[in-house]
Amino acid sequence: MPKRTDLKKILIIGSGPIIIGQACEFDYSGAQACKALREEGYEIVLVNSNPATIMTDPEMADRTYIEPLVPEVLEKIIERERPQALLPTLGGQTGLNLAVDLANMGALDKYHVELIGAKLGAIKKAEDRSLFKAAMARIGLELPQSYYCYSVDEAMAGIGQIGFPAVIRPSFTLGGTGGSVAYNFEEFERMVKWGLDASPVSEVLVEESVIGWKEYELEVMRDGDDNVVIICSIENFDPMGIHTGDSITVAPAQTLSDKEYQIMRDASIAVIREIGVDTGGSNIQFAVDPTNGRMVIIEMNPRVSRSSALASKATGFPIAKIAAKLAVGYTLDEIPNDITKQTPASFEPTIDYCVVKIPRWAFEKFPGSDPRLTVQMKSVGETMSIGRTFKEALQKGLRSLEIGRYGLGCDGKQMRFRADGADADTIAQIREKLRTPTPERIFYLREAILAGFGVDEMYALTRIDPWFVNNMKDIVEMEGRLRKANGHVRRIMRGEIEPSDDKEVKAFLKEAKQFGFSDRQLAHVWDSDEIVIRNVRKRLGVEATFKLVDTCAAEFEAYTPYYYSTYSDEDEVRPSQKKKIMILGGGPNRIGQGIEFDYCCVHAAFALKEEGCETIMVNSNPETVSTDYDTSDKLYFEPLTLEDVLNIVDKEQPDGVIVQFGGQTPLNLAVPLQKAGVPIIGTKPESIDIAEDRKLFRQILDRLGLKQAPSDTVFSTEEALEVARKVGYPVLVRPSYVLGGRAMIIAYDDEHLKSYMALAREASPDHPILVDKFLEDATEVDVDAVCDGVDVVVAGIMEHIELAGVHSGDSACVLPPHTLAEHVVESLKQQTKALALALNVIGLINIQFAIKGDDIYVLEVNPRASRTVPFVSKATGIPWAKVAAKLMIGKTLKGLGIHGDHKLDHFAVKEAVLPFIKFAGVDTILGPEMKSTGEVMGIDRSFGLAFAKSQLAVNSYLPLKGKVLISVNDNDKARIVPIARKFAALGFTLMATKGTGAVLSSNGLEVEVAYKVNENRPNIVDHVKNKGIALIINTPLGKASAYDELAIRRAAVDYRIPYITTIAGAQATVSALDALISGGLSVKCLQEYHPNAP
Amino acid sequence: MKAILALEDGRYFEGASFGARGERSGEVVFNTSMTGYQEILTDPSYKGQIVTMTYPHIGNYGVNEEDFESLKPHVEGFVVRECCRYPSNWRARKPLAEFLAEHDIVGIEGVDTRALTKHLRDAGAMKAVLSTEDLDVKSLVRKAKESPGLIGRDLVKEVTCPEEYRVPARGEARFRVVAFDFGIKRNILNNLSKRGCEVLVVPAQTTAAEVLAHQPDGIFLSNGPGDPEGVPNVVQTVRELIEKKPTFGICLGHQMLGLAFGAKVCKLKFGHHGGNQPIKNLASGRVEIAAENHGFAVVRDTLPSDVDVTHMNLNDKTVEGMSHRKLPVFSVQYHPEASPGPHDASYLFDRFIEEMEHNRR
Repeated sequence: MPKRTDLKKILIIGSGPIIIGQACEFDYSGAQACKALREEGYEIVLVNSNPATIMTDPEMADRTYIEPLVPEVLEKIIERERPQALLPTLGGQTGLNLAVDLANMGALDKYHVELIGAKLGAIKKAEDRSLFKAAMARIGLELPQSYYCYSVDEAMAGIGQIGFPAVIRPSFTLGGTGGSVAYNFEEFERMVKWGLDASPVSEVLVEESVIGWKEYELEVMRDGDDNVVIICSIENFDPMGIHTGDSITVAPAQTLSDKEYQIMRDASIAVIREIGVDTGGSNIQFAVDPTNGRMVIIEMNPRVSRSSALASKATGFPIAKIAAKLAVGYTLDEIPNDITKQTPASFEPTIDYCVVKIPRWAFEKFPGSDPRLTVQMKSVGETMSIGRTFKEALQKGLRSLEIGRYGLGCDGKQMRFRADGADADTIAQIREKLRTPTPERIFYLREAILAGFGVDEMYALTRIDPWFVNNMKDIVEMEGRLRKANGHVRRIMRGEIEPSDDKEVKAFLKEAKQFGFSDRQLAHVWDSDEIVIRNVRKRLGVEATFKLVDTCAAEFEAYTPYYYSTYSDEDEVRPSQKKKIMILGGGPNRIGQGIEFDYCCVHAAFALKEEGCETIMVNSNPETVSTDYDTSDKLYFEPLTLEDVLNIVDKEQPDGVIVQFGGQTPLNLAVPLQKAGVPIIGTKPESIDIAEDRKLFRQILDRLGLKQAPSDTVFSTEEALEVARKVGYPVLVRPSYVLGGRAMIIAYDDEHLKSYMALAREASPDHPILVDKFLEDATEVDVDAVCDGVDVVVAGIMEHIELAGVHSGDSACVLPPHTLAEHVVESLKQQTKALALALNVIGLINIQFAIKGDDIYVLEVNPRASRTVPFVSKATGIPWAKVAAKLMIGKTLKGLGIHGDHKLDHFAVKEAVLPFIKFAGVDTILGPEMKSTGEVMGIDRSFGLAFAKSQLAVNSYLPLKGKVLISVNDNDKARIVPIARKFAALGFTLMATKGTGAVLSSNGLEVEVAYKVNENRPNIVDHVKNKGIALIINTPLGKASAYDELAIRRAAVDYRIPYITTIAGAQATVSALDALISGGLSVKCLQEYHPNAP
Repeated sequence: MKAILALEDGRYFEGASFGARGERSGEVVFNTSMTGYQEILTDPSYKGQIVTMTYPHIGNYGVNEEDFESLKPHVEGFVVRECCRYPSNWRARKPLAEFLAEHDIVGIEGVDTRALTKHLRDAGAMKAVLSTEDLDVKSLVRKAKESPGLIGRDLVKEVTCPEEYRVPARGEARFRVVAFDFGIKRNILNNLSKRGCEVLVVPAQTTAAEVLAHQPDGIFLSNGPGDPEGVPNVVQTVRELIEKKPTFGICLGHQMLGLAFGAKVCKLKFGHHGGNQPIKNLASGRVEIAAENHGFAVVRDTLPSDVDVTHMNLNDKTVEGMSHRKLPVFSVQYHPEASPGPHDASYLFDRFIEEMEHNRR
């Protein structure tokens, strides 16, 4: 069927901010869809609240709305744009839920918008568990036994038939939020309550446990002619009971025979037909009883998912792009396979390698959180690795994680257990570690193997299929052989004797490499050095070979250069003679290093392509746009370690390597790469070092006459205490060379500082610790700028809404600054220029300042792309990362026509999105350590409206009436009065704790006084839980009431009540509400904000 | 223990032996199925061929008691990247290497199978020798050159049943089918049997008169190894039968039918061997994903005007199915019985039943 011509304009909804369970994979899918549909001549209207996405680049769509993803706003956009169709299946669960909301509120009918891809009925059938269950029964598929309940009583009444363990799944949530496993009545009751609350419809499914069963996923596509193909099968390494997003997963399925696989395939096809997804991709999950093969279906996502992104990267088949084309009427056989060009997309990819995905968690960011892995997803990122065998891929994946491991152990970072002489105590500990799934379990499996555990026992404890355990055993046994290598081998590997044509040593080394051992591991086992091993290896001719990901296992010629490394006979890379620039990506997402950096890498690729360079991308994150084979000229899906990057450099001999866009990951490689002779372009690694080296940096500041808070660099606890006493408490303490404020705190006394120092040494053992005087009550400002070595242009100045002390990644900020005086802004620009030139920056620089009165202090300088680059680009309409990339290859700001005099007649507010809802019980207070996973942007003509939009985008709603609970510390009591008055004037009622209440009523405000938690009942937490509160303002009161605050903060998160911790935030919120109540929201697209954008 | 696979053009691959030891020659082909090695090994169509699997982990789920397509493996040799020693599946009965050793099949692992596959793709399927005995490459290449190959060779006689046998219908026997065994796969018989066919499986050289004496409702022409032109007298038999009875052919049976229609058959460069081939049903416009295993194909332009091409391979546009306009005779090049592979085309067996039903009336 040809494409539909009755459609002209199509609305695509993005997935909003990055949160746990919904990350940049939806930027990848949405961006692909935009490209695919514009290629076909459709006009695209895109909505997303997340500015750090490629899809919200103004050139990706015809009309780009960075607006809150709430139904009311979507309706306004529909009213304004009048699209004929809405494609709801590419924006994750958020996109799907919004489509349902819009349909339910009648907006789609009213404006005659057709849902394409999946109709409302299909979405409901897949999402509503009882409809789904009935549908599966019609096609003869089994589900685990289950029942629905809407109250704790109903839950308790039904549990008898199911028994324990039982799984509790709240309906209509994403990432399995609120899902959990109960082993007894007490747990069950607690978890049902939580689940009812997490479900937007207060519905919970209680389900027979299939914990320990094998888990599989199939990625399915269907076209309008009812052709169905399977793109990829995925087998979970971790068994049922661990959310697939938290499981190590492997593609293709490993332990299913063809008979069993075909049964699953038939079932998947039956499911997509029965659910009625018209066109596009779906993800279907199955559990299989390992003892008898009984197969049950777990769930179906009638949309592109996280697993689809993984499947696309794992096979080379672009699911989202094809899904978009199918949605407008094409059939699979009408669409060519991009990779082979000669064959159509109506086939099933076959792969000739093994793919391993490993999640990355951030439990260390949330002290007190439970690191056990359950049916609720908790990981913040993932890495994918490709090898010819599972063993190779697993070890590559583990070193891609960037958690200081270089493979499956054997890297000098053993766990607590020794290989030999494991005593009974040790054995018992290992058993416990295997029984409890945590991020470390995979490493404990190695310990268990070393301690002599049998495969059966390890299987019984972990329920990880013996096939995987046996493969790991092969790796550990190989390690044993390496350890036993004779003196001759060791001497060669230490570079003590020249390897002559030594066939046996060569074969041994090649075998180790085929098992995925990194040079770091080999250096560890042979007491050598990574670079020495590398040189010996190359002299012996044991070099990485690169193979293609081609969808067809080499049956047809591939035209898309998408590579992975392995150790084999034949290499398929054909280096070109063009000017080549290599861009190092950011690796797995983590808190502090996420989509913003991928955005910069993608822009670098686009910019350099425009300049005629061949671009080579290296990254290991399957969720990203950077690892789309369309983004750069060549893609290497590889770990970002020195060894792996050097292997690619050897092969490609690039003219330049860019390290400043991918965050800390490539930056950490800058110096070793330079030492190895790799041409780093842009700001020199030496300058990056200066910015990190406090002493050198201070010299520069002194020379330039700039101020810095008193500070020093220390190596020991004693030194730290000395510095703290000298500059006076509070002090800000952090290790150098970390991103996202890892292990950064504000210490108020000696005791606090001492306990911190112990931890900090662990987070960054090789680097010094920085101690700064903390500037209380200062306003923090972020400045992004670009420099070509001669000229400097300030890209954006962002004023933080929270006061200094909250990590810049976690604080809301506004561009342009809304309270700073003209002369302060001018001075900030001058200081920025001076610093950029002094550091010889070529490309981007980010500077954080603190402003106290008229004094400007330099807090931090990062001569690299910062997290705020995409936000600034969207706010100003200039693609700064592209500009920076062009400067790095020698273009000038003058030449590019970039000057600093852009005046904005709008405000843009960036707000952070925090993951506390996923971590039961942890404290939600913000501090100098970054905890947010993503961001949103609000943009409008006034600060109030822009801020209101940002809050709406984060919270999904802002209360326009109701009760405001106020509890502030003594410093803030005077300042809260005018704010409270404004709330009252807007029609809100006020509630306050005793002290605050007294101040408010003495100022003539009517206020209800509530008890603190330790005073009496009902206390403020009771009020929150009874949903009698619309909004909370609570500034920290110091140590005395810490418990109280923790309880309120936690309750606010759990009950999803907007919670404000600063006076500045309260001020911004009240002006936002004022703007909202008086005028309501209007929408405007980026193309209107920036009509003259390049 | 070392093993070498040497190709007739001089390229060779070193690896480690698994399964039986010895020396075998055959045409080396690659198969892109990620699962189904047990069915592939035991498919008689692979007689005369050394099969390399493109998926690197082979043997993961062992060998079980059910997934046999014939009584024993027929491949001449088996080439993999890594053979799994520790199968994991509830149906697994023994490891793959043990099974191959028992049946005297020579295997080699540790080979860069992707390099081999690319070579075959570019240079075409070719003759090869796999040996654990002679490790002299020059000698192996010479042996490969001298080996018989597939063209014009009658391999059917090596895999056809020595005498006829009966497969009862599951449930009530509604039809009687005579199936020519050119190397028939068990799942074809299952598909017929479960649709109420009592199947009389007959040796390839059975004459038309002998077949008709059984008074069948329909004739089935099975899959099988090698070149259809290697068995010319069977083609003559087929020519006689199609005038009289509804006939359904699969794979080699399809090619025999093509020859019987007077069409020509050509050798494909490296054939179709895998479970992901896109086959377009030209009548419905639908795409079926199918398993395939063939090195020869019916040449479209040589088909007579009363034969329609019904199915086409979307990758290379070759003929995948045909149907006679007047006679109830049709065939497909691919494998609707799957095993291994997708079940998308099982409707073809239903069509055969309908043809027989219709013809009876």
